[in-house]
Amino acid sequence: MSETIRTKGVSRRTLLKGTASLAGLAAGSGAITGFPYVKSAETKVLRYLGTAVNEGDDISKQCLKDTGIKIEYITATTDDVTKRVMTQPNSFDVLDTEYFSLKKIVPSGNILALDARKIKQFDNITPVFTKGETPGGKKIGGQGTAPWKVLYLEGKDSKKFATSATEFVTLIPTVYNADTLGIRPDLIKRPISSWSELLNPEFKGKASILNIPSIGIMDAAMVVEATGKYKYADKGNMTKEEIDLTMKVMTEAKKAGQFRAFWKDFNESVNLMASGETVIQSMWSPAVTKVRSMGIACTFQPLKEGYRSWASGFCVSKGVSGAKLEWAYEFVNWFLSGYAGAYLNRQGYYSAVLSTAKAHMEPYEWAYWMEGKPAEKDIKAPDGSLLEKAGAVRDGGSYEDRMGGVACWNAVMDENDYMVRKWNEFIAA
Amino acid sequence: MSEEVLQQASPGLIPGSGTARAAKPTRLSPSFVSWLQAGPMMLVFLAFFLIPLVFVVIVSFWDYNEYQLLPAFSGRGYTDTFEGCIAQLPDLCTIGRTYVMTLKLCFLVWAITLFIGFWVAYFLAFHVKSKTWQMGLSLLCTIPFWTSNVIRMIAWIPLLGRNGLVNSGLVKTGLINHPLEWLLFSEFSVVLALVHLFTFFMVVPIFNSMIRIDKSLIEAAYDAGATGFQTLVNVIIPLAKPGIVIGSIFVITIVMGDFITIGVMGGQQIAAAGKIIETRVNALQFPAAAANAVILLAITFLIITMMSRIVDIKKEL
Repeated sequence: MSETIRTKGVSRRTLLKGTASLAGLAAGSGAITGFPYVKSAETKVLRYLGTAVNEGDDISKQCLKDTGIKIEYITATTDDVTKRVMTQPNSFDVLDTEYFSLKKIVPSGNILALDARKIKQFDNITPVFTKGETPGGKKIGGQGTAPWKVLYLEGKDSKKFATSATEFVTLIPTVYNADTLGIRPDLIKRPISSWSELLNPEFKGKASILNIPSIGIMDAAMVVEATGKYKYADKGNMTKEEIDLTMKVMTEAKKAGQFRAFWKDFNESVNLMASGETVIQSMWSPAVTKVRSMGIACTFQPLKEGYRSWASGFCVSKGVSGAKLEWAYEFVNWFLSGYAGAYLNRQGYYSAVLSTAKAHMEPYEWAYWMEGKPAEKDIKAPDGSLLEKAGAVRDGGSYEDRMGGVACWNAVMDENDYMVRKWNEFIAA
Repeated sequence: MSEEVLQQASPGLIPGSGTARAAKPTRLSPSFVSWLQAGPMMLVFLAFFLIPLVFVVIVSFWDYNEYQLLPAFSGRGYTDTFEGCIAQLPDLCTIGRTYVMTLKLCFLVWAITLFIGFWVAYFLAFHVKSKTWQMGLSLLCTIPFWTSNVIRMIAWIPLLGRNGLVNSGLVKTGLINHPLEWLLFSEFSVVLALVHLFTFFMVVPIFNSMIRIDKSLIEAAYDAGATGFQTLVNVIIPLAKPGIVIGSIFVITIVMGDFITIGVMGGQQIAAAGKIIETRVNALQFPAAAANAVILLAITFLIITMMSRIVDIKKEL
């Protein structure tokens, strides 16, 4: 058992390192910078549990300046965030998590849904979340745990997801993105347009997927469907037979030596790609940006079958009430008021309320990140480092094109237990 | 000889025995004193090892769903783990394949660390004369522990990777035409990294045993006409046995439970007993994870028991 304990320490450290490199953010340090401010009668402190995505040092500083609320970040991986909600619901106030984990979190009764009427910008939240379509009216693929399926609860203490809009919101949307394969165009030297290329023998020993079973199997399903072997009713909720079929295809590829390595950590994915160990792999947007900032060609390749998307948002622990609950609403309202949204947009993510974020961005930034237009000036990261030179165009183009091209969402399947067993079998094969 | 002398003298040293008792009749009984001395360690052991272990065993027999543990008796954690083990015969099932791989890695790492560790310890004990140098050189062996797993993984890529130092060197010298793929993310790299890390755990106990060997025994062997090899086999190895066994126990228990190094160096494509537990825990399937932990513990315990049958450590110490 001591082994398990040691591992926890390492993974946390791993995570901190990943976080630090994530656009130069030093996660968690928001809690320890301790810069002076005038103490009011009661110090407004919120313990914020989440993954590294939203947890910018600059965001917590700006929040303190604007609202007087001090944010104490508790950073963990997606799996560990869920674990913590289940086992230590009193160890945090505000929870920032992904929609797909709601299938586990909501039945546990450990979180409190927020009241939509108290969120000022709620009506301005992008229709991606509420209707499943882009602002331009493009219908978005709904396979998997799409946010609009789990956005509302039937009542305040209900554990059932409502089919139509209610005022009880499971997670107030904050950030989301469309993921695809990252490629090394300088080493592949030909256009890539389909997920099926991941298993193309041409890239034998040079491909990779991520080793997080619930996400890895979705990427695998995109590949299986692209090769024309099978068409799923819902990639995010497979039957046992479909899981068997998907894992069989992947096992054959693994045995044939298709994969160089599986990755689990942000930095691992960056290193595999930057060193040329892999030339095609599932990847996250900021990781592609990181490889590019090292001066190595890397493309977040749009593919004809579409993107696999994810989204996250805020709720609070069931133990939060009274004044603290009001601060939580104040914080969530602040988060949607523009500064944080612009910050996230500049990292290549998307903010839930587009109008307020736009007001906090320069027109040329908005044109590059959201409209898919060539950059008029050099594009800089929130920390000021150069991301793209003038003239560059964002991979995948505009918000409409990217979000409109989403095929499925990260999910927890009904057959999750079976899937995890099959994944272990796949690793052992 | 000296041990016998000590044992003969020791009864007088135990409090409460012999003349000491006559002087102070109200003294605590010797067995109570021993319990008192062992007490703190026992309490720590109980609180941080035995009780958690009992919980793990109990939880391994619970049921679970997506979001909670169901405290009702269920063998599901175990039956799921051994799923298909009979149906798939003669092919091995997942757990079978996983343990074959884990034991294979374990054996390779054990054999190599023993070989290297023995000779490093031999060098330190018999060839390095000054205590300061012995100390300094032992500390050098800890260098692999100065970095974290992530750094280590990142550091191996430029060395063993496709475009790494070793491959580009070999290609340049014309020894090979294409980079060797098996240098990284393979069983080779896993064994290399584990040996690199854990040889230290062999060196220290073996060195400790060797340094206590009476030099006059070696001289005696030499005077009696033994060759260097005969002295090694008949004098040094038998006397270093406790160190060898303790070092082996360290290495085997660590490698059996390791999944970070195996994961990182094996490109997450090599199964390990610990890896199964991790995947289960991350999916919040705690009873299944606990069941796998119990199985791992049982197998490791079996190996240790077998080893202590070969050498009675208690007697040797």
